[in-house]
Amino acid sequence: MSGALQTRSGIGTLSGLALTLAAWAVVTLLLILPVGILFAQALRQGLDAALTALSDDDVLAAIRLSALVVALVVPINTICGLFAAYALTKFDFPGRAALLVLIELPLSVSPVVAGLVWVLLFGRHGWFGPFLAAHGVRMVFTLPGILLATLFVTFPFVTRTVMPVMEAQGRQHEEAATMLGAGFVSLFWRVTLPETGAALVSGVLLCAARSLGEFGAVSVVSGHIPGLTETVPLRIEALYNGYETVAAFALAAVLAVASGLIVGMRGLIEWRRGRPAGESN
Amino acid sequence: MRVALAAGRRPRTPAIIPGALPAFGLTLFWVGLLVLLPLAALAERPWENGAPWLLATLTTPRTLAALRLSFGCALCAAAVTTLLGLLLAWVLERVRPPGWRMLDALIDLPFALPTAVAGITLATLYAPTGWIGAPLAGLGFRIAGTPVGIGVALVFVGLPFVVRTVLPVLRDLPGELEEAAATLGARRGQIALRVLLPALFPALATGFGLAFARGVGEYGSVIFIAGNKPMVSEIAPLLIVIRLSEDDYAGAAGIGLLMLVTAALCLMLVTLLRRRLPAMRGVAG
Repeated sequence: MSGALQTRSGIGTLSGLALTLAAWAVVTLLLILPVGILFAQALRQGLDAALTALSDDDVLAAIRLSALVVALVVPINTICGLFAAYALTKFDFPGRAALLVLIELPLSVSPVVAGLVWVLLFGRHGWFGPFLAAHGVRMVFTLPGILLATLFVTFPFVTRTVMPVMEAQGRQHEEAATMLGAGFVSLFWRVTLPETGAALVSGVLLCAARSLGEFGAVSVVSGHIPGLTETVPLRIEALYNGYETVAAFALAAVLAVASGLIVGMRGLIEWRRGRPAGESN
Repeated sequence: MRVALAAGRRPRTPAIIPGALPAFGLTLFWVGLLVLLPLAALAERPWENGAPWLLATLTTPRTLAALRLSFGCALCAAAVTTLLGLLLAWVLERVRPPGWRMLDALIDLPFALPTAVAGITLATLYAPTGWIGAPLAGLGFRIAGTPVGIGVALVFVGLPFVVRTVLPVLRDLPGELEEAAATLGARRGQIALRVLLPALFPALATGFGLAFARGVGEYGSVIFIAGNKPMVSEIAPLLIVIRLSEDDYAGAAGIGLLMLVTAALCLMLVTLLRRRLPAMRGVAG
């Protein structure tokens, strides 16, 4: 910043103080109080009541299902996302812009639409629904549907975070490695991948956080069968609508802490990379 | 699959890097199965009963009310979010009060809170018996179950988008701008209004666009606080869910397609805006 002109007012000036108070008021009303009420409600009847609510069978089944979804979705989207970033940055080809648009598109889609498309394909009256039903396969209201919806919603994250880094690397290292006789596998594994480092971890964390907390898309394809097709966010909804407030908020607090840890870790990584942590999700 | 590798902008030795086939093969398979195929279904299904039928379902009073509500709330919420976001970005960068790092970290809370969690906490907070809802109810204001409640939820989810878009631009504005204005005799307020605000406009518009696009389709954080009364507080995404439960695939797809097209247009505008602002590449989008 300029040496001559003081651009930061601090709270010494009247306007600085007023603006600061206004900012804290906004943050308190809009951001701090919701988190406050989350834990207040969860612990309303004490820690024991909250823990008892969490050890319910359906809750445990939901936690298991959510963990399974994350464990399956994250690797698939990470591997495919890495390959896509490689293809988009290491080669020039016609239609590159169109491919980029397609990869980014799931970000702009409503979560409900992200679930709807799978019902349109595999539902009872979907394109492939009757065919699959005739062969005894059910995609919607089962695990595959939940997986597809979550894959769709978290589709672009890895590609988006890794691409700028791969772009900045250029192609010299890959070209040099190729000259020295490296094949695709060793090149990718030993040259391209290590250089993406922190960006890759950041993208993976974003993907994990979103697949853990996704509600709208999964809600459309899940069928809401307690103990079978309910992920943690769906279980929270069912508990809340069933007026089991303590249980709903206890589970919500657990989910918020898990998601907060993942996002916080990502913030730390982004901060050490020297980039602003906030990015769309 | 043949890929024309030589069609680059830069003259370079073509196709020296290996892996074109696996990289493109997997990418195209992945994009085709997870994006193209679903989009094809979304684009085709609405028309299966003919265009007149589609027009008729999209213009029933209930559907129109839901669309108006979703777009209207998203628009109003994006405007409010832009103002609040500007305030927060300004305080973080130009005031730098003690404890600004804490304020900065808190901004990203909505990114970390899953939408369903945000939904039930906001609904409880703004319910007529809630911490904020009760005092407001005493004054005669109802938030939960009204479009205002939907707006509150949308401001919550949209806030970090605006702050994270505006903040880096505000930080990177050249100090010479303000110095020049100051030497010409402008006061602080004048500098802020006449020099900084115009320079921030593209960033503010981008933040507005991102918040709007997110708000139109938002579901999880809204449905708990909205009350979901048809014609009053029933948002378009919820109507999609209802149509699906009635096995009306074409009707559901019609609303979905309309929302997708709007959101895509909105984000296209944002991308165009962002191209005009080199400082903003790589920021939220």
